[in-house]
Amino acid sequence: MPKLSVYFIRAALLHLGIGFTLGALLLANKGIPFAGWIWRLLGLHIEFLIFGWMVQLAMGVAFFALPRHTDYSRRYGDVRLGWLSFILLNSGVWLTALARWFGTNDFAFGGRIILLLAAAAFAILIKPRVKAFGVHQ
Amino acid sequence: MPKLSRLYIKLGLAYFVGAMLLGIAMYAQPLFNLPRWIATLHPVYLHWITIGWLTQLIFGVAYWMFPKYSKEQPRGNEQVGWIVLIALNTGLILRTIGEPLSALMPDKGYGWLLVLASLLLLIAGWGFVFNTWSRVKEH
Repeated sequence: MPKLSVYFIRAALLHLGIGFTLGALLLANKGIPFAGWIWRLLGLHIEFLIFGWMVQLAMGVAFFALPRHTDYSRRYGDVRLGWLSFILLNSGVWLTALARWFGTNDFAFGGRIILLLAAAAFAILIKPRVKAFGVHQ
Repeated sequence: MPKLSRLYIKLGLAYFVGAMLLGIAMYAQPLFNLPRWIATLHPVYLHWITIGWLTQLIFGVAYWMFPKYSKEQPRGNEQVGWIVLIALNTGLILRTIGEPLSALMPDKGYGWLLVLASLLLLIAGWGFVFNTWSRVKEH
């Protein structure tokens, strides 16, 4: 597994653990209320599990599992784009999550823009690797 | 495919179909004047899709296909894998029972079902992280 996939997937696992922890707090508080502020964690819970866990895991697996280029030295494509995408995705997730915690819509909007850039960088990197059998690039 | 993966994926498929049925039931409830408790299942519906189906499918495929942990323990600690499977599904079922009960009868003390469900789901989430972490490695 290439280093970038290791980073993507381990970051996804951490978001899974944190997202489940927040979810457990929310659910327990729903059953036996112990703190009103817990409900403010809902936005973080959703952000971490949708983008931090599922989206990020899919990116990490796609990066190592999709067909590779025939040129061995650049078999995964321009990996710098992948690292850019990794940094942008995690920055976007945390910025949006914190913005939802603090209720600042401007920052949440910024977080979404960063996520768009992450998706664009990843799409540019991965698209050439989505090819039929026998196609050499 | 190992037995544990097959169970994860088959249970995931059951939640997938079940969630679609729940989706229909929730829209049908006001239309056909169905019992009121069906309307309380929206969070259950969302979690059957995201945890019961998607996350459980990921757990099953990852347990099967991720790089081997070692020759002796190719899929990490199998017992932890079983604990995750049992905790995840028991937690989801308890939640499914507890949501309508505690929403419709808040003073009857059914909230503990949700607390227990939350603990089981927490164990499942971190159990999977623990068992998978070392299998995610450079070759």
